Amino acid sequence: MSDFDAIIVGGGLAGLTTAYLLAKESAEVLLIERGNFAGAKNMTGGRLYSHSLEKILPGFAGEAPVERRVTREKVSLMTGDSSVTVDYFSPGLAQPGQDSYTVLRADFDQWLAGRAEAEGAQIVTGIKVDDILIRDGQVRGIVAGGDEMEADVTVLADGVNSLLAQKLGLRAELPPQQVAVGVKELIALPASVIEDRFQCRTGEGTAWLFAGQPSGGRVGGGFLYTNKESVSLGVVCTLSDLIAGNATLPQLLENFKRHPAVAPLVEGGKLIEYSGHLVPEGGLAMIPRLVTDGALIVGDAAGFCINLGYTVRGMDFAVGSGEYAAQAILQAKQAGNFSAESLDAYRSALEESFIMQDMRLYHKFPHFMETTPRIFAGYPEMASDLMAQLFVVDGQRPQPLYKKAGRSLKTVGTLNLILDALRGVRAL
Amino acid sequence: MSIVNVDEKLGVDKFHVDEGNAHIVLRESPDLAEYHKLFLACPAGLYKIDDNGVCRFDCAGCLECGTCRVLCGDTLLTKWEFPAGGMGVEFRYG
Repeated sequence: MSDFDAIIVGGGLAGLTTAYLLAKESAEVLLIERGNFAGAKNMTGGRLYSHSLEKILPGFAGEAPVERRVTREKVSLMTGDSSVTVDYFSPGLAQPGQDSYTVLRADFDQWLAGRAEAEGAQIVTGIKVDDILIRDGQVRGIVAGGDEMEADVTVLADGVNSLLAQKLGLRAELPPQQVAVGVKELIALPASVIEDRFQCRTGEGTAWLFAGQPSGGRVGGGFLYTNKESVSLGVVCTLSDLIAGNATLPQLLENFKRHPAVAPLVEGGKLIEYSGHLVPEGGLAMIPRLVTDGALIVGDAAGFCINLGYTVRGMDFAVGSGEYAAQAILQAKQAGNFSAESLDAYRSALEESFIMQDMRLYHKFPHFMETTPRIFAGYPEMASDLMAQLFVVDGQRPQPLYKKAGRSLKTVGTLNLILDALRGVRAL
Repeated sequence: MSIVNVDEKLGVDKFHVDEGNAHIVLRESPDLAEYHKLFLACPAGLYKIDDNGVCRFDCAGCLECGTCRVLCGDTLLTKWEFPAGGMGVEFRYG
């Protein structure tokens, strides 16, 4: 007889969703979080696409501590001193079902933990799981501080590093080309200042991604998300490429913050938190074995994340994977069979779900980004040059537009541009 | 270019420091080329190189991201663990 139907390691969105759904069906659930509260070790850029959580907790944004609903999407190509931006505003972005919200995880995750507890899940915090308990070749629970706790199913929701998945042999160490490191400053500003600077109404906000200068021209980018009374400003760089450069990651963020197009947006703001985190950006190629006898992997630990340059997703996948994990565990409980074959229902459900459909659709994209350095150094300069040709009036003899454009294109080569565009489109 | 002061930024963060219980331990006399990777990539700037070219590392201020383990787990580190339960960085916002 096990102590619990399920022990969940990690109080992030994947683990908490699993806990909530299991507890709701009266399963005995224990969630163990090493931080002093759910969310204490978690950070995001970031923005949560609502669809997957909306399915589980309809109307959640009305009660959860979300920051702002995103109604403006921006993407910028940046050189050292210039910036070319696509700015998309649409009320459609805020429509139910396709809405997304900026969030801060310490608050948000605690709220979801509260919901799980209200359904009867037990959540213990400040305890680190040291090891997986294995008996007769089957996962039987966890070891923490010398104590063993048994469960029919152990859910690894321990985040991108998932040392437990590595210990279990479900995954090898993360390769530096498949993970990016993010660093973020949370900068406090009054809500009215944010709404003025980012042209948004109360409760609405901006999601903004940047290529070029923020990553020092290397594989990566910058991000800016508006929260209620703060702005999340950060840089994310693929590890393998970051170490081939010559700028430190903290310096890249400082340079980004001081960029003449960014500095006025955060001017007068006060740094209230400085955080860092790894991002699993390898896509389909880095998804580990998801199921073994008595255990399964969810969320970042499973590598469920997509970065397409103009949009980044991970939290909606975490929630979705938690849902499919909970369903598979409930089925296994009913059948009284917790073998890998039985828990494989989780993997099958994922295969049919938006998660694996999206991961499959975009499976070429990480490689495209990694092998197209011009996105990060080349195209930003070209775009800037082209804009200068269009907008600079200096009384000199004018040139026809095709000549101006042609000059800008030459900086990267027309053929390169066409080939990159074709490869990029095929990877999407 | 304005040189970043990471320690000052880390100063606003909340940490529960586990004195005398380092969760990351470096080899003696680390390989400099390997160390340089972490000098570049650590978001907390913990892998310092002082004016005399000497490596100075202290895991206080760690954001627990895992970058150093991914890059140099085999070459530089003799230990990389998460801090003990309840210890280490505590994101008040995240």
